[in-house]
Amino acid sequence: MQESTANQVAANATSSFTEHLLRDRPELLPFNRSLQGGASAAAPVQVPHATTIVAMSYGGGVLMAGDRRATMGNVIASRHIEKVFPADHFSVLGIAGTAGIAIDLTRLFQVELEHYEKIEGTQLSLEGKANRLGAMIRGNLPLALQGLAVVPLFAGFDTTAGVGRLFSYDVTGGRYEEHEHHTVGSGSVFARGALKKLWRPNLTAAEALSVAVESLYDAADDDSATGGPDTVRQLWPVVYTVDRTGARRVPEPELAAASRSVIEARTIAGREA
Amino acid sequence: MTQQFYVSPEQLMKDRADFARKGIARGRSVVVISCADGIALVAENPSPSLHKIGEIYDKIAFAAVGKYNEFESLRQAGVRYADVRGYSYDREDVTARGLASVYAQSLGAVFTAEQKPFEVELAVAEVGPSQAEDHLYRLTFDGSIADEHSFVVMGGQAEKVSSAIGAGWEATLGFADAVRLALKGLTPAQEGDQPVAPLPPSALEVAMLDRLSESARGTRRAFRRLNDADISALLA
Repeated sequence: MQESTANQVAANATSSFTEHLLRDRPELLPFNRSLQGGASAAAPVQVPHATTIVAMSYGGGVLMAGDRRATMGNVIASRHIEKVFPADHFSVLGIAGTAGIAIDLTRLFQVELEHYEKIEGTQLSLEGKANRLGAMIRGNLPLALQGLAVVPLFAGFDTTAGVGRLFSYDVTGGRYEEHEHHTVGSGSVFARGALKKLWRPNLTAAEALSVAVESLYDAADDDSATGGPDTVRQLWPVVYTVDRTGARRVPEPELAAASRSVIEARTIAGREA
Repeated sequence: MTQQFYVSPEQLMKDRADFARKGIARGRSVVVISCADGIALVAENPSPSLHKIGEIYDKIAFAAVGKYNEFESLRQAGVRYADVRGYSYDREDVTARGLASVYAQSLGAVFTAEQKPFEVELAVAEVGPSQAEDHLYRLTFDGSIADEHSFVVMGGQAEKVSSAIGAGWEATLGFADAVRLALKGLTPAQEGDQPVAPLPPSALEVAMLDRLSESARGTRRAFRRLNDADISALLA
């Protein structure tokens, strides 16, 4: 078949930043860097890992929270790391797994969404954003097989349906819509238990915040890779809410109050396990 | 075999420039005005979806007149350039100066090497923390570049519009006044005794680069497109 100019132009017209990089600057993609002579599955390289992320729906939106600890083996690599990021005006992204690659993927995803918005003059649908993220995670599969996996959690407000929605992923880029709540990372089993008991339909945003803090506290209690609220350094989880008005980072004073009330309640209870 | 006629380089360039100028002069005008609140971009454009004004990056906007397909491809190239640069270095390393010189090079290359020059004129605007740090670049079809202060007018009636705006421009203008001034320039001159109705919001495309987007709206992205209702509210 003859390749017409129109066909060529159409093939080259992309609204995707990732596709543009893949064509013009493939070395800039986080999952295209070769790790030669590096990792094997038997002895994974020692790099910082980000751990627990929790997310849940509440009446009118979704909330996502992450603890502040990054670990490297049995060492705490960072007490200040942030694992929840705004992806664009109406969505947020939380990351667990290999921190370096996850942060790069997040940056790429943020540019991807903004790039589409600027080229097309309109926002991508929430499903579209979720699918794009899945494709990026799939791109990272070769590195994931070497032990450098990234597992994101994606939440956003669907402006057409008028509801908050939540998506989880596996390392192959498989995308699963979650209802109610979900959690990823090494502390997720403990956080999940807490969420199952504390979450109920139509929570208010304030109630959802305290449920998130409490479930992260439970994760930190039993998982050494998850950091609890740090009253000495005044470090609280990073929490974002997304509703009809857009994504909002919950300010420090609210987080401090929520964390302190959890600590206080547990101090009063004084239970061992 | 037919003999090629000799055309002197001067004549060739002159013909190309005349051709491009004619194309641009057919279009309606676009005005970019630096004011106290930021930079206002105003165009006469009846289409609600085919834009002459666009966002390039956090503090950088684009405005153009001429052939839509040509300036649209330049706008998209600009967005790609800026996004790649911001992603591989840092967001603050994307500047209007860098973008404008890339545009100047591509326009210059097309003007001399291609079959037909681009029939476009562009403006690249970057809003700074203070008015003295605003940058307005104007680029023409042959790749020449000019660094303007205060305002840029491009398109069909550029000279007429430019003199009207030059008479009213002051550094202390707010957004509403800047848009009003642009409208005054863009409204066709009165003929005889018939007063001319000002352009309705539906015939206008208005966007702004907000100087205080971080503190006022909590976003790095200073570009904001105004819809018809916003324009009416601004001018009310």
